[in-house]
Amino acid sequence: MAEPILAVAGLRKRFGGLAVTDDVSFSVAEGGIHAVIGPNGAGKTTLIHQLSGTLRPDAGSIRFAGREVTGMGLPRRARLGLARSFQITSVLPGFSVLENAALAVQARSGSSFRFMRPAAGERALNEQAMAALDQVGLGARAGMMAGVLSHGEKRQLELAIALAMRPRLLLLDEPLAGAGPEETERLIGILLGLKRAYTILLVEHDMQAVFALADRISVLVYGRIIATDAPAAIRADPAVRAAYLGEDEVA
Amino acid sequence: MRAALVVLAALAAAPFIGFGEGYVLTLLARAMILAMAAVSLWLLVGGAGMVSLGHAAMLGIGAYAVVVLDDARITDALVVVPVAMGAAALFALVTGAVAIRTSGVHFIMITLAFGQMAFFTTASLAAYGGDDGYTLYGRTTIGGQRWLENRLVFHFLCLGLLALALAGGQMLLASRFGRVLRAARENPLRVQAVGFSPYPYRLIAYGIAGAIAGLAGVLMANAAEFVAPSYLAWQRSGDLLFMVILGGLGSLQGAVLGALAFVLLEEWLGHLTEHWRLIFGPLLVLSVLFLRGGLVGVLRRG
Ligand SMILES: Nc1ncnc2c1ncn2[C@@H]1O[C@H](COP(=O)(O)OP(=O)(O)OP(=O)(O)O)[C@@H](O)[C@H]1O
Ligand SMILES: [Mg+2]
Repeated sequence: MAEPILAVAGLRKRFGGLAVTDDVSFSVAEGGIHAVIGPNGAGKTTLIHQLSGTLRPDAGSIRFAGREVTGMGLPRRARLGLARSFQITSVLPGFSVLENAALAVQARSGSSFRFMRPAAGERALNEQAMAALDQVGLGARAGMMAGVLSHGEKRQLELAIALAMRPRLLLLDEPLAGAGPEETERLIGILLGLKRAYTILLVEHDMQAVFALADRISVLVYGRIIATDAPAAIRADPAVRAAYLGEDEVA
Repeated sequence: MRAALVVLAALAAAPFIGFGEGYVLTLLARAMILAMAAVSLWLLVGGAGMVSLGHAAMLGIGAYAVVVLDDARITDALVVVPVAMGAAALFALVTGAVAIRTSGVHFIMITLAFGQMAFFTTASLAAYGGDDGYTLYGRTTIGGQRWLENRLVFHFLCLGLLALALAGGQMLLASRFGRVLRAARENPLRVQAVGFSPYPYRLIAYGIAGAIAGLAGVLMANAAEFVAPSYLAWQRSGDLLFMVILGGLGSLQGAVLGALAFVLLEEWLGHLTEHWRLIFGPLLVLSVLFLRGGLVGVLRRG
Protein backbone atom coordinates (compact mmCIF):
# COMPACT_ATOMS: atom_id res chain seq x y z
CA MET A 1 0.00 0.00 0.00
CA ALA A 2 1.22 3.48 -0.86
CA GLU A 3 2.35 5.74 1.95
CA PRO A 4 -0.54 7.88 3.20
CA ILE A 5 -0.39 11.58 2.40
CA LEU A 6 -1.03 12.39 6.06
CA ALA A 7 -0.13 10.23 9.05
CA VAL A 8 -0.94 11.33 12.58
CA ALA A 9 0.37 9.41 15.58
CA GLY A 10 -0.30 9.89 19.28
CA LEU A 11 -1.41 13.52 18.95
CA ARG A 12 -2.34 15.22 22.23
CA LYS A 13 -3.49 18.72 23.15
CA ARG A 14 -4.84 19.94 26.46
CA PHE A 15 -6.45 23.27 27.29
CA GLY A 16 -6.02 23.46 31.05
CA GLY A 17 -7.65 20.33 32.42
CA LEU A 18 -9.47 19.57 29.20
CA ALA A 19 -7.96 16.96 26.86
CA VAL A 20 -9.18 18.31 23.54
CA THR A 21 -7.01 16.02 21.45
CA ASP A 22 -6.53 12.76 23.27
CA ASP A 23 -4.06 10.35 21.70
CA VAL A 24 -5.32 10.78 18.16
CA SER A 25 -3.82 8.53 15.50
CA PHE A 26 -5.10 8.13 11.97
CA SER A 27 -3.96 8.44 8.41
CA VAL A 28 -5.37 9.87 5.22
CA ALA A 29 -4.81 8.04 1.94
CA GLU A 30 -4.16 9.97 -1.23
CA GLY A 31 -7.28 10.76 -3.26
CA GLY A 32 -10.86 11.32 -2.25
CA ILE A 33 -12.50 12.72 0.85
CA HIS A 34 -11.76 11.61 4.38
CA ALA A 35 -14.32 13.15 6.72
CA VAL A 36 -13.97 13.84 10.43
CA ILE A 37 -17.27 14.10 12.22
CA GLY A 38 -18.07 14.65 15.85
CA PRO A 39 -20.39 16.58 18.13
CA ASN A 40 -19.90 20.26 19.04
CA GLY A 41 -16.77 20.79 21.04
CA ALA A 42 -15.36 17.36 20.15
CA GLY A 43 -12.07 18.97 19.18
CA LYS A 44 -12.38 18.97 15.40
CA THR A 45 -11.18 22.52 14.85
CA THR A 46 -8.40 22.03 17.37
CA LEU A 47 -7.31 18.98 15.37
CA ILE A 48 -7.29 20.99 12.12
CA HIS A 49 -5.29 23.71 13.89
CA GLN A 50 -2.63 21.18 14.82
CA LEU A 51 -2.56 19.50 11.41
CA SER A 52 -2.17 22.86 9.65
CA GLY A 53 0.42 24.22 12.07
CA THR A 54 -1.81 26.93 13.52
CA LEU A 55 -1.52 25.35 16.96
CA ARG A 56 1.34 23.34 18.45
CA PRO A 57 0.43 19.90 19.82
CA ASP A 58 1.59 18.86 23.30
CA ALA A 59 2.74 15.47 22.03
CA GLY A 60 2.61 13.24 18.99
CA SER A 61 3.78 13.47 15.43
CA ILE A 62 2.39 14.56 12.10
CA ARG A 63 3.86 13.34 8.83
CA PHE A 64 2.79 14.98 5.61
CA ALA A 65 3.80 13.67 2.20
CA GLY A 66 6.59 11.63 3.75
CA ARG A 67 7.98 14.52 5.83
CA GLU A 68 7.89 15.15 9.52
CA VAL A 69 6.07 18.49 9.83
CA THR A 70 5.24 18.50 13.56
CA GLY A 71 7.63 21.34 14.35
CA MET A 72 6.78 23.50 11.35
CA GLY A 73 4.55 26.56 11.53
CA LEU A 74 1.51 27.35 9.41
CA PRO A 75 3.33 29.21 6.58
CA ARG A 76 5.90 26.43 6.05
CA ARG A 77 3.30 23.72 5.93
CA ALA A 78 1.25 25.83 3.54
CA ARG A 79 4.22 26.11 1.21
CA LEU A 80 4.60 22.32 1.30
CA GLY A 81 1.07 22.00 -0.04
CA LEU A 82 -1.00 21.64 3.11
CA ALA A 83 -3.85 24.09 2.61
CA ARG A 84 -6.51 24.80 5.20
CA SER A 85 -9.77 26.67 5.22
CA PHE A 86 -11.36 28.24 8.28
CA GLN A 87 -14.61 27.44 10.03
CA ILE A 88 -15.07 31.19 10.52
CA THR A 89 -14.54 32.79 7.13
CA SER A 90 -11.11 34.33 6.86
CA VAL A 91 -10.59 36.31 3.68
CA LEU A 92 -9.12 39.74 2.92
CA PRO A 93 -12.26 41.93 2.88
CA GLY A 94 -10.51 45.00 1.44
CA PHE A 95 -8.95 43.07 -1.45
CA SER A 96 -10.73 42.14 -4.64
CA VAL A 97 -11.88 38.55 -4.97
CA LEU A 98 -9.24 38.01 -7.65
CA GLU A 99 -6.49 39.48 -5.47
CA ASN A 100 -7.46 37.18 -2.60
CA ALA A 101 -6.71 34.22 -4.83
CA ALA A 102 -3.74 35.90 -6.53
CA LEU A 103 -2.01 36.31 -3.17
CA ALA A 104 -2.16 32.55 -2.73
CA VAL A 105 -0.72 32.02 -6.22
CA GLN A 106 1.98 34.58 -5.46
CA ALA A 107 2.99 32.62 -2.36
CA ARG A 108 4.12 29.69 -4.52
CA SER A 109 5.37 31.64 -7.55
CA GLY A 110 8.86 32.83 -6.81
CA SER A 111 10.03 35.48 -4.41
CA SER A 112 7.68 38.10 -3.03
CA PHE A 113 10.57 40.34 -2.07
CA ARG A 114 9.95 42.28 -5.25
CA PHE A 115 9.45 45.95 -4.79
CA MET A 116 8.95 47.61 -8.16
CA ARG A 117 6.53 45.90 -10.48
CA PRO A 118 2.80 46.22 -9.70
CA ALA A 119 1.61 42.81 -8.53
CA ALA A 120 -1.92 43.42 -9.81
CA GLY A 121 -0.51 43.55 -13.34
CA GLU A 122 1.21 40.15 -13.23
CA ARG A 123 -0.67 38.09 -15.78
CA ALA A 124 0.62 34.70 -14.66
CA LEU A 125 -0.66 35.33 -11.14
CA ASN A 126 -4.00 36.65 -12.31
CA GLU A 127 -4.63 33.80 -14.74
CA GLN A 128 -4.01 31.11 -12.15
CA ALA A 129 -6.08 33.01 -9.60
CA MET A 130 -8.88 33.27 -12.12
CA ALA A 131 -8.67 29.53 -12.78
CA ALA A 132 -9.10 28.86 -9.04
CA LEU A 133 -12.11 31.17 -8.90
CA ASP A 134 -13.65 29.41 -11.89
CA GLN A 135 -13.18 26.05 -10.19
CA VAL A 136 -15.57 27.16 -7.45
CA GLY A 137 -17.84 29.13 -9.76
CA LEU A 138 -16.77 32.54 -8.50
CA GLY A 139 -15.24 33.83 -11.74
CA ALA A 140 -18.02 36.36 -12.27
CA ARG A 141 -17.20 38.00 -8.93
CA ALA A 142 -13.47 38.43 -9.60
CA GLY A 143 -13.56 42.22 -9.63
CA MET A 144 -15.67 42.69 -6.52
CA MET A 145 -14.34 43.47 -3.05
CA ALA A 146 -14.30 40.27 -1.00
CA GLY A 147 -15.95 42.10 1.88
CA VAL A 148 -19.21 42.61 -0.01
CA LEU A 149 -19.69 38.97 -1.08
CA SER A 150 -22.60 37.01 0.36
CA HIS A 151 -21.79 34.52 3.10
CA GLY A 152 -22.00 31.56 0.72
CA GLU A 153 -19.73 33.31 -1.78
CA LYS A 154 -17.18 33.96 0.94
CA ARG A 155 -17.22 30.23 1.70
CA GLN A 156 -16.56 29.64 -2.01
CA LEU A 157 -13.72 32.15 -1.90
CA GLU A 158 -12.17 30.32 1.06
CA LEU A 159 -12.11 27.23 -1.13
CA ALA A 160 -10.73 29.12 -4.13
CA ILE A 161 -7.88 30.55 -2.05
CA ALA A 162 -6.97 27.05 -0.87
CA LEU A 163 -7.13 25.73 -4.43
CA ALA A 164 -4.96 28.60 -5.68
CA MET A 165 -2.22 27.23 -3.41
CA ARG A 166 -2.14 24.05 -5.56
CA PRO A 167 -2.43 21.95 -2.43
CA ARG A 168 -1.55 18.29 -2.06
CA LEU A 169 -4.01 18.04 0.81
CA LEU A 170 -6.97 20.26 1.61
CA LEU A 171 -7.99 20.62 5.25
CA LEU A 172 -11.52 21.98 5.19
CA ASP A 173 -13.03 23.03 8.51
CA GLU A 174 -16.81 23.01 8.08
CA PRO A 175 -16.92 24.53 4.59
CA LEU A 176 -20.72 24.53 4.84
CA ALA A 177 -20.82 26.40 8.15
CA GLY A 178 -23.52 29.05 8.19
CA ALA A 179 -24.58 28.45 4.59
CA GLY A 180 -28.28 28.45 3.70
CA PRO A 181 -29.96 25.46 1.98
CA GLU A 182 -29.28 26.69 -1.56
CA GLU A 183 -25.73 27.70 -0.76
CA THR A 184 -25.18 24.30 0.86
CA GLU A 185 -26.44 22.60 -2.28
CA ARG A 186 -24.03 24.61 -4.41
CA LEU A 187 -21.06 24.03 -2.09
CA ILE A 188 -21.70 20.27 -2.00
CA GLY A 189 -21.71 20.28 -5.79
CA ILE A 190 -18.37 22.09 -5.79
CA LEU A 191 -16.85 19.66 -3.28
CA LEU A 192 -18.05 16.68 -5.34
CA GLY A 193 -16.21 18.17 -8.29
CA LEU A 194 -13.04 18.79 -6.30
CA LYS A 195 -13.07 15.25 -4.95
CA ARG A 196 -11.89 13.93 -8.30
CA ALA A 197 -8.73 16.01 -8.37
CA TYR A 198 -7.81 16.57 -4.71
CA THR A 199 -7.27 14.78 -1.44
CA ILE A 200 -9.51 16.36 1.16
CA LEU A 201 -9.75 16.06 4.91
CA LEU A 202 -13.23 17.34 5.58
CA VAL A 203 -14.50 18.37 8.98
CA GLU A 204 -18.23 18.76 8.72
CA HIS A 205 -21.31 18.88 10.86
CA ASP A 206 -23.88 18.36 8.15
CA MET A 207 -24.42 14.56 8.24
CA GLN A 208 -26.21 14.41 4.93
CA ALA A 209 -23.33 16.20 3.29
CA VAL A 210 -20.76 13.96 4.92
CA PHE A 211 -22.45 10.75 3.81
CA ALA A 212 -22.88 12.16 0.31
CA LEU A 213 -19.25 13.16 0.01
CA ALA A 214 -16.95 11.02 2.12
CA ASP A 215 -15.06 7.91 1.10
CA ARG A 216 -13.94 7.34 4.65
CA ILE A 217 -15.08 8.74 7.97
CA SER A 218 -13.40 9.16 11.33
CA VAL A 219 -15.54 9.88 14.36
CA LEU A 220 -14.12 12.18 17.01
CA VAL A 221 -15.74 12.29 20.44
CA TYR A 222 -14.27 14.14 23.43
CA GLY A 223 -10.94 14.39 21.66
CA ARG A 224 -10.71 10.67 20.83
CA ILE A 225 -11.22 8.94 17.53
CA ILE A 226 -13.67 6.18 18.32
CA ALA A 227 -13.98 4.77 14.80
CA THR A 228 -12.56 5.12 11.30
CA ASP A 229 -14.30 3.27 8.50
CA ALA A 230 -16.29 3.40 5.28
CA PRO A 231 -19.50 5.47 5.51
CA ALA A 232 -21.84 2.46 5.53
CA ALA A 233 -19.95 0.82 8.39
CA ILE A 234 -19.86 4.08 10.36
CA ARG A 235 -23.59 4.51 9.94
CA ALA A 236 -24.13 1.03 11.36
CA ASP A 237 -21.60 1.29 14.21
CA PRO A 238 -23.48 1.17 17.53
CA ALA A 239 -20.76 3.04 19.44
CA VAL A 240 -20.88 5.85 16.90
CA ARG A 241 -24.65 6.01 17.03
CA ALA A 242 -24.58 6.14 20.80
CA ALA A 243 -21.93 8.85 21.00
CA TYR A 244 -22.73 10.97 18.04
CA LEU A 245 -26.48 10.82 17.97
CA GLY A 246 -26.49 11.83 21.62
CA GLU A 247 -28.03 8.62 22.96
CA ASP A 248 -26.52 6.97 26.04
CA GLU A 249 -23.03 8.15 26.86
CA VAL A 250 -20.34 5.72 25.84
CA ALA A 251 -17.42 5.51 28.20
CA MET B 1 -3.54 60.59 -6.26
CA ARG B 2 -5.15 63.67 -7.78
CA ALA B 3 -5.27 65.73 -4.60
CA ALA B 4 -1.58 65.12 -3.92
CA LEU B 5 -0.67 66.11 -7.47
CA VAL B 6 -2.61 69.36 -7.12
CA VAL B 7 -0.82 70.07 -3.85
CA LEU B 8 2.59 69.30 -5.36
CA ALA B 9 1.83 71.54 -8.34
CA ALA B 10 0.75 74.33 -6.00
CA LEU B 11 3.98 73.94 -4.06
CA ALA B 12 5.94 74.14 -7.30
CA ALA B 13 4.13 77.33 -8.31
CA ALA B 14 4.19 78.93 -4.84
CA PRO B 15 7.50 80.83 -5.13
CA PHE B 16 6.34 82.47 -8.36
CA ILE B 17 2.86 83.51 -7.34
CA GLY B 18 3.64 85.66 -4.37
CA PHE B 19 4.84 83.13 -1.82
CA GLY B 20 8.53 83.62 -2.45
CA GLU B 21 9.39 85.49 0.72
CA GLY B 22 11.97 83.94 3.00
CA TYR B 23 9.72 83.11 5.88
CA VAL B 24 7.05 81.61 3.64
CA LEU B 25 9.57 79.38 1.89
CA THR B 26 10.92 78.33 5.28
CA LEU B 27 7.42 77.37 6.34
CA LEU B 28 6.75 75.48 3.11
CA ALA B 29 10.05 73.64 3.37
CA ARG B 30 9.15 72.54 6.89
CA ALA B 31 5.76 71.37 5.65
CA MET B 32 7.29 69.39 2.78
CA ILE B 33 9.90 67.78 5.00
CA LEU B 34 7.31 66.75 7.55
CA ALA B 35 5.13 65.51 4.70
CA MET B 36 7.97 63.28 3.60
CA ALA B 37 8.34 61.94 7.11
CA ALA B 38 4.58 61.44 7.25
CA VAL B 39 4.71 59.48 3.99
CA SER B 40 7.27 57.13 5.54
CA LEU B 41 5.16 56.75 8.67
CA TRP B 42 2.05 56.15 6.55
CA LEU B 43 3.78 53.14 4.99
CA LEU B 44 3.91 51.64 8.47
CA VAL B 45 0.53 52.72 9.79
CA GLY B 46 -1.61 52.66 6.68
CA GLY B 47 0.39 50.10 4.71
CA ALA B 48 1.46 47.58 7.30
CA GLY B 49 -0.90 48.38 10.18
CA MET B 50 2.00 49.12 12.54
CA VAL B 51 1.21 52.20 14.64
CA SER B 52 4.60 53.58 15.63
CA LEU B 53 4.94 56.28 18.23
CA GLY B 54 8.68 56.55 17.81
CA HIS B 55 9.03 57.75 14.26
CA ALA B 56 10.64 61.09 15.14
CA ALA B 57 13.68 59.11 16.24
CA MET B 58 14.26 58.05 12.62
CA LEU B 59 14.18 61.69 11.52
CA GLY B 60 16.37 62.71 14.42
CA ILE B 61 18.96 60.07 13.64
CA GLY B 62 19.11 61.31 10.06
CA ALA B 63 19.56 64.85 11.35
CA TYR B 64 22.22 63.83 13.87
CA ALA B 65 24.11 62.00 11.12
CA VAL B 66 24.39 65.42 9.45
CA VAL B 67 25.62 66.86 12.75
CA VAL B 68 28.28 64.23 13.34
CA LEU B 69 29.58 64.53 9.78
CA ASP B 70 29.41 68.33 9.91
CA ASP B 71 31.53 68.26 13.05
CA ALA B 72 34.07 66.19 11.12
CA ARG B 73 33.79 68.73 8.27
CA ILE B 74 32.17 66.21 5.95
CA THR B 75 29.33 67.96 4.17
CA ASP B 76 29.05 66.32 0.77
CA ALA B 77 25.63 64.87 0.03
CA LEU B 78 27.25 61.81 -1.50
CA VAL B 79 28.43 60.87 1.99
CA VAL B 80 25.85 62.58 4.17
CA VAL B 81 22.75 61.19 2.53
CA PRO B 82 23.73 57.50 2.47
CA VAL B 83 25.11 57.68 6.01
CA ALA B 84 22.00 59.38 7.36
CA MET B 85 19.61 57.03 5.57
CA GLY B 86 21.72 54.04 6.50
CA ALA B 87 21.91 55.01 10.17
CA ALA B 88 18.16 55.57 10.39
CA ALA B 89 17.45 52.31 8.56
CA LEU B 90 19.83 50.42 10.82
CA PHE B 91 18.18 51.85 13.92
CA ALA B 92 14.81 50.89 12.45
CA LEU B 93 15.93 47.34 11.68
CA VAL B 94 17.48 46.75 15.09
CA THR B 95 14.60 48.19 17.10
CA GLY B 96 12.05 46.82 14.65
CA ALA B 97 13.43 43.31 15.03
CA VAL B 98 12.22 43.47 18.63
CA ALA B 99 9.16 45.71 18.27
CA ILE B 100 7.59 43.80 15.37
CA ARG B 101 7.32 40.70 17.54
CA THR B 102 4.64 42.58 19.45
CA SER B 103 1.42 44.11 18.20
CA GLY B 104 -1.29 46.58 19.10
CA VAL B 105 -0.72 48.67 22.21
CA HIS B 106 2.52 46.83 22.95
CA PHE B 107 3.93 47.88 19.61
CA ILE B 108 3.00 51.50 20.29
CA MET B 109 4.63 51.38 23.71
CA ILE B 110 7.81 49.69 22.57
CA THR B 111 8.34 52.07 19.65
CA LEU B 112 7.75 54.94 22.08
CA ALA B 113 10.36 53.46 24.41
CA PHE B 114 12.94 53.07 21.65
CA GLY B 115 12.21 56.61 20.51
CA GLN B 116 12.77 57.95 24.02
CA MET B 117 15.97 55.94 24.22
CA ALA B 118 17.24 57.70 21.10
CA PHE B 119 16.06 61.06 22.48
CA PHE B 120 18.00 60.65 25.73
CA THR B 121 21.03 59.42 23.86
CA THR B 122 21.19 62.56 21.72
CA ALA B 123 20.57 64.74 24.78
CA SER B 124 23.65 63.21 26.39
CA LEU B 125 25.92 63.85 23.41
CA ALA B 126 27.93 66.65 25.02
CA ALA B 127 30.26 66.85 22.02
CA TYR B 128 27.29 67.85 19.89
CA GLY B 129 25.74 70.35 22.25
CA GLY B 130 23.77 67.95 24.42
CA ASP B 131 20.41 69.43 25.35
CA ASP B 132 21.20 72.73 23.66
CA GLY B 133 21.62 71.27 20.24
CA TYR B 134 24.16 71.91 17.55
CA THR B 135 24.42 74.64 14.93
CA LEU B 136 25.76 73.43 11.59
CA TYR B 137 28.79 75.11 10.04
CA GLY B 138 26.96 75.01 6.77
CA ARG B 139 24.40 73.27 4.68
CA THR B 140 25.10 70.00 2.92
CA THR B 141 27.02 70.46 -0.33
CA ILE B 142 26.60 68.69 -3.63
CA GLY B 143 29.85 67.95 -5.46
CA GLY B 144 31.46 70.74 -3.44
CA GLN B 145 28.81 73.24 -4.51
CA ARG B 146 26.80 75.11 -1.89
CA TRP B 147 23.60 75.00 -3.92
CA LEU B 148 21.38 74.22 -0.95
CA GLU B 149 22.00 77.69 0.41
CA ASN B 150 19.87 79.03 -2.38
CA ARG B 151 16.29 79.16 -1.07
CA LEU B 152 14.71 78.26 -4.38
CA VAL B 153 17.03 75.32 -4.92
CA PHE B 154 16.25 74.07 -1.44
CA HIS B 155 12.52 74.52 -2.04
CA PHE B 156 12.61 72.43 -5.17
CA LEU B 157 14.91 69.85 -3.64
CA CYS B 158 12.40 69.30 -0.84
CA LEU B 159 9.57 69.19 -3.34
CA GLY B 160 11.39 66.77 -5.63
CA LEU B 161 12.28 64.42 -2.80
CA LEU B 162 8.75 64.53 -1.43
CA ALA B 163 7.39 63.64 -4.86
CA LEU B 164 9.94 60.85 -5.10
CA ALA B 165 9.01 59.46 -1.69
CA LEU B 166 5.34 59.56 -2.63
CA ALA B 167 5.90 57.83 -5.96
CA GLY B 168 8.27 55.31 -4.41
CA GLY B 169 5.79 54.57 -1.64
CA GLN B 170 3.01 54.01 -4.16
CA MET B 171 5.21 51.68 -6.14
CA LEU B 172 6.17 49.75 -3.03
CA LEU B 173 2.57 49.33 -1.90
CA ALA B 174 1.50 48.06 -5.31
CA SER B 175 4.37 45.57 -5.62
CA ARG B 176 4.34 41.92 -4.57
CA PHE B 177 6.04 42.98 -1.37
CA GLY B 178 3.43 45.65 -0.70
CA ARG B 179 0.61 43.25 -1.41
CA VAL B 180 1.86 40.86 1.26
CA LEU B 181 2.28 43.78 3.64
CA ARG B 182 -1.23 45.11 3.06
CA ALA B 183 -2.74 41.65 3.27
CA ALA B 184 -0.97 41.03 6.57
CA ARG B 185 -2.47 44.26 7.90
CA GLU B 186 -5.97 43.12 6.99
CA ASN B 187 -5.69 39.53 8.13
CA PRO B 188 -2.36 38.07 9.25
CA LEU B 189 -3.80 34.59 9.74
CA ARG B 190 -4.97 34.48 6.14
CA VAL B 191 -1.55 35.54 4.94
CA GLN B 192 0.14 32.82 6.99
CA ALA B 193 -2.36 30.25 5.77
CA VAL B 194 -1.34 30.82 2.16
CA GLY B 195 2.33 30.47 3.04
CA PHE B 196 3.77 33.85 4.07
CA SER B 197 5.41 34.73 7.32
CA PRO B 198 4.57 38.44 7.79
CA TYR B 199 7.58 39.21 10.00
CA PRO B 200 10.31 39.73 7.37
CA TYR B 201 7.99 41.83 5.22
CA ARG B 202 7.12 44.04 8.15
CA LEU B 203 10.73 44.35 9.20
CA ILE B 204 11.88 45.38 5.74
CA ALA B 205 9.04 47.90 5.54
CA TYR B 206 10.16 49.27 8.89
CA GLY B 207 13.71 49.64 7.60
CA ILE B 208 12.58 51.35 4.39
CA ALA B 209 10.38 53.77 6.34
CA GLY B 210 13.36 54.47 8.59
CA ALA B 211 15.57 55.28 5.60
CA ILE B 212 13.02 57.69 4.11
CA ALA B 213 12.57 59.38 7.48
CA GLY B 214 16.36 59.60 7.75
CA LEU B 215 16.44 61.48 4.46
CA ALA B 216 13.76 63.83 5.75
CA GLY B 217 16.00 64.30 8.78
CA VAL B 218 18.85 65.45 6.53
CA LEU B 219 16.55 68.06 4.99
CA MET B 220 15.29 69.06 8.43
CA ALA B 221 18.85 69.67 9.65
CA ASN B 222 19.58 71.70 6.54
CA ALA B 223 16.41 73.73 6.73
CA ALA B 224 17.19 75.02 10.22
CA GLU B 225 20.97 74.62 10.04
CA PHE B 226 20.48 73.48 13.59
CA VAL B 227 19.67 70.16 15.25
CA ALA B 228 18.52 69.50 18.81
CA PRO B 229 17.30 66.48 20.78
CA SER B 230 13.81 67.96 20.67
CA TYR B 231 13.69 66.71 17.06
CA LEU B 232 13.42 63.22 18.55
CA ALA B 233 10.94 64.03 21.29
CA TRP B 234 7.90 61.79 21.51
CA GLN B 235 5.66 64.81 20.93
CA ARG B 236 7.15 65.01 17.46
CA SER B 237 6.30 61.37 16.90
CA GLY B 238 2.80 62.15 18.08
CA ASP B 239 2.55 65.06 15.63
CA LEU B 240 3.63 62.81 12.76
CA LEU B 241 1.13 60.15 13.73
CA PHE B 242 -1.51 62.82 13.93
CA MET B 243 -0.68 64.10 10.44
CA VAL B 244 -1.06 60.59 9.08
CA ILE B 245 -4.43 60.08 10.75
CA LEU B 246 -5.66 63.58 9.89
CA GLY B 247 -4.77 62.93 6.25
CA GLY B 248 -6.44 59.54 6.30
CA LEU B 249 -5.37 55.92 6.13
CA GLY B 250 -7.32 55.29 2.95
CA SER B 251 -4.51 56.40 0.67
CA LEU B 252 -0.84 57.31 0.85
CA GLN B 253 -1.51 60.85 -0.37
CA GLY B 254 -3.31 61.40 2.93
CA ALA B 255 0.10 61.71 4.55
CA VAL B 256 0.93 64.72 2.36
CA LEU B 257 -2.44 66.37 2.87
CA GLY B 258 -2.34 65.74 6.61
CA ALA B 259 1.16 67.13 7.05
CA LEU B 260 0.45 70.27 5.04
CA ALA B 261 -2.86 70.89 6.78
CA PHE B 262 -1.21 70.39 10.15
CA VAL B 263 1.71 72.76 9.54
CA LEU B 264 -0.34 75.47 7.87
CA LEU B 265 -3.08 75.33 10.49
CA GLU B 266 -0.50 75.54 13.26
CA GLU B 267 1.08 78.55 11.56
CA TRP B 268 -2.21 80.31 10.87
CA LEU B 269 -3.46 79.89 14.43
CA GLY B 270 -0.10 81.08 15.69
CA HIS B 271 -0.68 84.35 13.86
CA LEU B 272 -4.19 84.76 15.22
CA THR B 273 -3.38 84.45 18.87
CA GLU B 274 -0.56 83.59 21.18
CA HIS B 275 -2.89 81.10 22.86
CA TRP B 276 -3.15 79.15 19.62
CA ARG B 277 -2.51 75.84 21.34
CA LEU B 278 -5.80 76.24 23.17
CA ILE B 279 -7.56 76.20 19.81
CA PHE B 280 -5.27 73.76 18.03
CA GLY B 281 -5.79 70.93 20.52
CA PRO B 282 -9.59 70.89 20.38
CA LEU B 283 -9.45 71.28 16.59
CA LEU B 284 -7.36 68.14 16.39
CA VAL B 285 -9.83 66.27 18.56
CA LEU B 286 -12.76 67.47 16.46
CA SER B 287 -11.04 66.51 13.24
CA VAL B 288 -10.51 62.96 14.48
CA LEU B 289 -14.14 62.76 15.59
CA PHE B 290 -15.72 64.21 12.49
CA LEU B 291 -13.34 63.59 9.60
CA ARG B 292 -13.78 59.83 9.37
CA GLY B 293 -11.27 58.54 6.91
CA GLY B 294 -9.35 61.80 7.28
CA LEU B 295 -8.97 64.46 4.60
CA VAL B 296 -8.70 61.76 1.96
CA GLY B 297 -12.07 60.42 3.06
CA VAL B 298 -13.60 63.90 2.84
CA LEU B 299 -12.24 64.36 -0.70
CA ARG B 300 -13.62 60.98 -1.72
CA ARG B 301 -17.08 61.69 -0.40
CA GLY B 302 -17.17 65.25 -1.62
N1 LIG C 1 -7.80 28.23 22.85
C1 LIG C 1 -8.59 27.50 23.66
N2 LIG C 1 -8.47 27.58 25.00
C2 LIG C 1 -9.26 26.84 25.81
N3 LIG C 1 -10.18 25.98 25.37
C3 LIG C 1 -10.35 25.85 24.04
C4 LIG C 1 -9.57 26.60 23.11
N4 LIG C 1 -9.94 26.27 21.86
C5 LIG C 1 -10.92 25.35 22.00
N5 LIG C 1 -11.15 25.09 23.30
C6 LIG C 1 -12.13 24.12 23.82
O1 LIG C 1 -11.78 22.88 23.27
C7 LIG C 1 -12.95 22.14 22.94
C8 LIG C 1 -12.89 21.73 21.48
O2 LIG C 1 -13.02 22.90 20.67
P1 LIG C 1 -13.03 22.81 19.07
O3 LIG C 1 -13.24 24.17 18.56
O4 LIG C 1 -11.83 22.08 18.60
O5 LIG C 1 -14.32 21.92 18.82
P2 LIG C 1 -15.04 21.59 17.47
O6 LIG C 1 -15.17 20.12 17.43
O7 LIG C 1 -14.42 22.24 16.33
O8 LIG C 1 -16.47 22.22 17.74
P3 LIG C 1 -17.51 22.86 16.70
O9 LIG C 1 -18.30 21.72 16.14
O10 LIG C 1 -18.38 23.70 17.58
O11 LIG C 1 -16.78 23.62 15.70
C9 LIG C 1 -14.13 23.02 23.29
O12 LIG C 1 -14.59 22.61 24.55
C10 LIG C 1 -13.54 24.39 23.35
O13 LIG C 1 -14.24 25.17 24.28
MG1 LIG D 1 -14.95 23.65 14.95
